[in-house]
Amino acid sequence: MKDIIEPYVTPDGRTIGGVLMDMRNITLRFGGVEAIKDISLDIREGEIRAIIGPNGAGKSSMLNVISGFYNPQEGEVWFRGEERPPMKPYQVARLGIARTFQNIALFEGMTVLDNIMTGRLTHMKSGMFWQAIWAGRAETEEVHNREIVERIIDFLEIQAIRKTPVGRLPYGLKKRVELARALAAEPKLLLLDEPMAGMNVEEKEDMSRFILDVNDEFGTTIALIEHDMGVVMDLSDRVVVMDYGRKIGDGTPDEVRNNEQVIDAYLGVAHD
Amino acid sequence: MSADFLYGIEVVINGLMAGVLYALVALGFVLIFKASGIFNYAQGVMALFAALTLVGIMEGQVPFSHLINAIFGTEVHHFGWEVPALLAIAFTVLIMIAFAWAVQRFVFRHLVGQEPIILFMATIGLAYFLEGVGDLMWGSDIKTLALGLPQGGSLWVENLTNGLGGDDFYGFFIDKLDMVATVVAAILVVSLIAFAQYTKQGRAMRAVADDHQAALSVGISLNYIWVLVWSLAGIVALVAGVMWGAKSGVQFSLSLIALKALPVLMLGGFTSIPGAIVGGLIIGVGEKLFEYTIGAPYLGGATENWFAYMLALIFLVFRPQGLFGEKIIERV
Repeated sequence: MKDIIEPYVTPDGRTIGGVLMDMRNITLRFGGVEAIKDISLDIREGEIRAIIGPNGAGKSSMLNVISGFYNPQEGEVWFRGEERPPMKPYQVARLGIARTFQNIALFEGMTVLDNIMTGRLTHMKSGMFWQAIWAGRAETEEVHNREIVERIIDFLEIQAIRKTPVGRLPYGLKKRVELARALAAEPKLLLLDEPMAGMNVEEKEDMSRFILDVNDEFGTTIALIEHDMGVVMDLSDRVVVMDYGRKIGDGTPDEVRNNEQVIDAYLGVAHD
Repeated sequence: MSADFLYGIEVVINGLMAGVLYALVALGFVLIFKASGIFNYAQGVMALFAALTLVGIMEGQVPFSHLINAIFGTEVHHFGWEVPALLAIAFTVLIMIAFAWAVQRFVFRHLVGQEPIILFMATIGLAYFLEGVGDLMWGSDIKTLALGLPQGGSLWVENLTNGLGGDDFYGFFIDKLDMVATVVAAILVVSLIAFAQYTKQGRAMRAVADDHQAALSVGISLNYIWVLVWSLAGIVALVAGVMWGAKSGVQFSLSLIALKALPVLMLGGFTSIPGAIVGGLIIGVGEKLFEYTIGAPYLGGATENWFAYMLALIFLVFRPQGLFGEKIIERV
């Protein structure tokens, strides 16, 4: 067992709690290729945790293990103090782990509102019949779900495109809608796979602000993968650095920045 | 009003009702295509199988009796009881759900991510398999469906409309069975639309149709949705099988009604439930009206056999996605 970790308060006043997600000695292979080699990392309640590394380092594989899209050959996944058996992605989603995708996976034919509403599916409990005739518990439930979704729409400032089919939106807005859908599930853990990939500086700033606000206002625990070192260092409480499937650094942004292995492998900065 | 005009109206009404029957078959196709991108060639055979099963259960037939008798040298054919219609329908629905599960478990689960053409080929195999199973289970005799549905022309409508025309007009002739079919189809369509638009499962179905990965990430089980959709298609097939079976007897030609659904789908679009209905109605009215105004007087009749396909062909040229369809061009 790991030591019990004391909660602490960050300089900007957020409380970081105990360990929410604990990955222990994870190894993931594709045939003979080891995408992840014996990596352990934990994610604490309320924090923003970043996983960084060069291309092919295994970051996305790690995220896919957390969200159940891949099941590791070795190692244990502990979530909320319990070991999680191998699961299908939809089962992981029902546990309260929501995610976005590097290449955006939205329902292109549906409107923004409908897309975000699908995030509420796991929270709908009333019977099929009552939903079909829009009565009884189903009605109050639907109204409640709509309120939550509208709040998220306000929060992410996408009111103007509520009724627009997602297929017509530009890239940056799609990324935001995907975040909105993940948020609608009211996740205990939110996984963001390169939330700022392919964005210009302004869009990156917007997205960073949204990520910080989500964490601050809803207290959502966030784990994110990102290429952009600068952005990551400003955003996150703790950073894991991966290279060739191995973990080469783990700690606060400052610790990671000064880790020689990290500088060697990732930043490529000469030092003597 | 002139008698010719009134007969024209009668033709339209009968066309609408025939269209409803086409739409019933097309609906089953749309459901499966919408949720899984599979063009289910077996839909017609599913209607036949459902109707056969319903009759078999109602008459208390022993399933696989020929096989059992051949292996064990017995002579069993009937249980010696008759099952009331409602109970038999419930059993048939259960069997169609079991069939949906088996199809998903043994066929399509192994074909996830394959090309649409491969999935289509699989449904052709499924069609022949199911036809064989139906034959083996219930025998290949032509059966009559004794559900007690009203048959023949409606005297009530005839009397009611008798006074509209002159002496040479005797009122509208409308088949009672067609009227029942219309009511049943209307109920079915309204409930399917309510299901697809408002229920959690319906939303999940639309989500699965759009993007598998995204659907998984919001907690939707793809397998569950596919089994659900095939079950619904099975139930729609049962309704279609009952209506067509009551009209022309439960026999193997029933599986060919699938071919009648094709032009309906091209007209209405493969992905739209209302499209299937409107498409069915247009084909129904179109072919009856064409026969009445042009076919019978000038072309020697029997134009109903090909008119639907011609109409669909014209549609394919000018609006390949159908009236209500969406982006099928990329998919097929």
